[in-house]
Order: sequence, then structure tokens, then C-alpha cells
Amino acid sequence: MKALVWHGKQDIRCDTIPDPEIEDPKDAIIKVTSCAICGSDLHLFHNYIPAMMPGDVIGHEMMGEVVETGSDVSKLKKGDRIVIPFTINCDECDQCRRGNYSLCERSNRNKAMADKVFGHATAGLFGYTHLTGGYQGGQAEYLRVPFAEGTHIPVPDSLTDEQALFLGDIFPTGWQAAVQCDIQPTDTVAIWGAGPVGQMAIRSAILLGAKQVVAIDRLPERLSMAEAAGAITINFEDESVVERLNDLTQGKGPEKCIDCVGLEAHATGHIDSMMDRVKQATMMESDRPHVLREMIYVCRGAGVLSIPGVYGGLVDKIPFGMAMNKGLTFRMGQTHVRRWTKDLTRRIEEGQIDPSFVITHTARLEEGPGMYRTFEQKNDSCIKVMLKP
Amino acid sequence: MNIASTLVTSRPDRSLTLTDRVARGLGWFSLGLGLAEIVAPGKLGRALGLEGKETLLRAYGGREIGAGIWALSDTPAPAIWARVAGDIVDLGTLAAGLRGGDDSQRRNAFIALAAVGGITLVDLLTAMSLSAETTENKGETGRDYSDRSGFPGGADKARGAARDFKTPAEYRSTPVEEPKRVSGELEPA
Repeated sequence: MKALVWHGKQDIRCDTIPDPEIEDPKDAIIKVTSCAICGSDLHLFHNYIPAMMPGDVIGHEMMGEVVETGSDVSKLKKGDRIVIPFTINCDECDQCRRGNYSLCERSNRNKAMADKVFGHATAGLFGYTHLTGGYQGGQAEYLRVPFAEGTHIPVPDSLTDEQALFLGDIFPTGWQAAVQCDIQPTDTVAIWGAGPVGQMAIRSAILLGAKQVVAIDRLPERLSMAEAAGAITINFEDESVVERLNDLTQGKGPEKCIDCVGLEAHATGHIDSMMDRVKQATMMESDRPHVLREMIYVCRGAGVLSIPGVYGGLVDKIPFGMAMNKGLTFRMGQTHVRRWTKDLTRRIEEGQIDPSFVITHTARLEEGPGMYRTFEQKNDSCIKVMLKP
Repeated sequence: MNIASTLVTSRPDRSLTLTDRVARGLGWFSLGLGLAEIVAPGKLGRALGLEGKETLLRAYGGREIGAGIWALSDTPAPAIWARVAGDIVDLGTLAAGLRGGDDSQRRNAFIALAAVGGITLVDLLTAMSLSAETTENKGETGRDYSDRSGFPGGADKARGAARDFKTPAEYRSTPVEEPKRVSGELEPA
């Protein structure tokens, strides 16, 4: 089969590799009908997240049709159309039973290594380093789905691939980011980063009834998409984020702040972001946390910081004293995808939201490596790439 | 299409172009050369007729290491242009070496001059190619997506449409009751 294979930093190729096979009675194999490039794939593309190996198949946003099931799989049958969440869930462990699917205790097959690095292992993820199990990703023609009975989202016939695909990651990720804020009708929610997850967080905050939602980015195409949903926008290259947010909140700052940027914050005119860039290039710091610093500074006392943006390792100069004295609450984590997807599927079916709005580019799988460059460099006003194997 | 853009050799099934690979090679070369200039400036100086200029060579070494690290980052184009500028400085310094020293040193300086001339050409073509790649692939920027609300019923109708959602207990943080008001204004305790 054809698959997008990671060969090293910024080196992804469309290779021909052996088809996946059932390895465990709980497995299923799907024929991938649609997949997408996620913003967090770019962290792997740039090799900022450790433990990728040459030959790994990348991709964790995918859906398709079941073509084969293991002997222990009874809830799925050939021909079923499903979205695959990026987190692999056993559905039986303590964390899965609590709904903390991204912390599944059984799906990470490299648990010993992950225990050493994280203290306690997190769930297995598709196409996202050997620290999360080293599973093959879904930017491919076929995918093996471990623990298939727990690791799928049924797709109603009424939804197209374009409407359903993002149930596997970015829609529930944006949703969880907003839910973690416990949004009240009086809240101002500030969202840093108007990429795909940011766009979903903006719409989730609006659906959940925030008084005002503010989107912060520098790219006009992203800001126009944010405005389309009813967000107030701040171009951080044109104006001070802190001053504008204080103006919008009578000097008090937003109650809720969401970081949809993560470890590759753009180097702005701020000295700290330039220092981060130098330190990251010289391996003195793994992540560039400018957004975290700015959120801590501008957030209203007793506010909430929600962090769906991916961080990979060590961050420097975090003003923790400021956070402590302001009594801020931090909520973060990989998304517990399946905790939200039944509700979100209903909301798509009812027409509250149509996540396909975010797709700006569609290409064949073979064109995927080139689309990584397009997405990375924000060429051609690219916000979200959907790939068709 | 100019000579620089022909070096890009962009293929949709590969994310790295030939130019990217050459830029990385130049980055590693920069690191190696920089290290040599910092660790053994005396030896290099004697060989090239630049005796007494060890401090200058060490400074050049620092410059090379900086350019090397930058060239190996995900935005190598400015680093390769910086290398072109550095090459010109190096050529000037080596030309000075041609005027002094013995025959052997002048011969070495001439060989080094020719080598740096060759590297300068590679640097220049790579820098031009990286810049061409950036320009040619840019496409239409700033496209207007203001017709993409994502709300089939309209943005106004969407606001608060999911208020039926019950926030799980572990994510609740806001007091249910509104804070008490005194004389219409909130007052600190």
C-alpha cells in the first residue's frame, strides 16, 4: 500500500510499504477513505517531539471502511464506516472507565519507555512517536486499528467524510479546550492561534455561549475565518495583544484563555520569543512557550488557562509566581476524544455546526509530502489539508 | 524559470527538495569548519599565511557555527545568505594571505581561495534556490474565508446553541451564583 513515511526532519515521502495485517484478535483493518494533516504532525515534521524512527507511518486523523476484523471484535463488521480517534482506547482500564481516554493504561505498548519519560505512560496514539506506542499512522491506504471495539466512532450515513473526519481529533480537541474553561454567559474567551484547532475552539466557545470570543493570530486568512464565526480578532503583528484584551474587558483581562499554538509559537517582536527561537535551535530548550507566558500575564485573576496546544518537553522562564499569585487554574492534556464524540456527532447531524468549513485544500495521498510543505509554510492561504488515499 | 529555481526539483511525493538537502550539507560543513577555526586557529593561520590573526579566525569560527546551526533549522534561507556574505569576507581575508608568507603559504592560500570560491558559488545558488522556492510556492496569501462560518444556521443563531451541554464536574470552576453587588458596582472585599 501507499503511505506517508517519516524519514527524518522535514523529510516525509510517499512510499510503498506492506499492507497491515491483523496482529491481535481485538484488531480491525480499515481502508482509509479520508485523512488529514494535523498541526501537531508539523511538530513531528520538524522533529521537535522525540522518538520518531525512520520508516514510521505518520498521521492520526483518518476515517474509512472496515475491511477485516479480529476474532474478538463483534461490534464492527466489514463495510462499517468509522472515524478513528487519535487515541487508542482499551475501554476497560481505570482511566478509560473514567472517560480519560488519552490516558488509557493498556494501549501504549512502549509503556516501560513512556513511564521513564513521563513518570506514567499515556495512551497509545496513531503515528505519533514510539513514546506513545510506535503505532503506524493513518496517512495511508490501510490502517490497523488496535482495540478496535473501543477505538472507533460510528459515522451516520447522513454525514459526508468532510463533515465526519474531524470527529477524530480537531473538533473534539477544540471542544474539550472550551469545555475545560467551563464557559459562562459573561465570559470573554481569548484564543491564541486560529489554525484548525483554534477554529474549532472558537466555534465551540461560541456554541457554549461565551459573551465574546477573541481570536489571536497574524495571518489574514485565518483571522477572516475566525471572524466568519463571530469572533473578535487581534493581529498580533499589528497591535498589542495585552492592551487590546484589556480594552475589550474593561481592563480586567479575559476570564478564560485557550492556547491553540503549543510548542512552536511564532517569533514575534517580543524578546522572549526571539530568545526561545535561539534556545530551541541550540537545543537549550525544546519548546517555545511565548503564548503560555502571555496568557498567564493577561488572564484575569482566578481565571482558567486551557491548553490543547501540544508541548513536547521543557519550557523556560514560565512566570509561575504570577500564575500562583493570581490563582489561575491550568487545564490541559491530549483530548479524550470519545468522551465527546457522541454528543458532537449529534450536533453535526442537527446542523449546529459543520466542521468541513475548515478544509481549504484537498489532495491525493501521493501529494501529501508536498502538502506538508504547503501547510508548514502557510502557502496558498492553507489552513487544513484533507488527503484522499 | 531561472537557474536557481531549476535546482528546487520539487516533487509532490517528497517533502525535501534537492536544495533543502544541499542547505543541510552546508549547515554541517559550517559547523565543522567553525569548530576547526575555533579549536586550531594557529595551525590554520600558519597554513594560509595568516599568522597572528588567530583572534580573527576564532571570530570567523563563531560566525560559521552560528550560520551552521541556523542552516540546520527549519528556516535555512537567511542562514545560507549569511554564509554568502561570510564567504565574501573570507575571500578578502584569504586574498590578503596571498600577499605575505612564503611560497608554500601563498600556494595554500591560493588553494583555499579557489575552494572558498567554489563554496561561494554553491552557497549563492542554494540561497537563490531557497528564495525562489519560497517565492514560487507562496501562492495566494491572505485569502478571504469570511464565508466559512461553519454554522449552517448562521453565526448569530449558533451563539449559545450548545448551552444544553453540562460541564463535567471536574471541569467546573466558576461559582454558580453571581457575585453580590453593592450600589450597582462590584466592590472589593
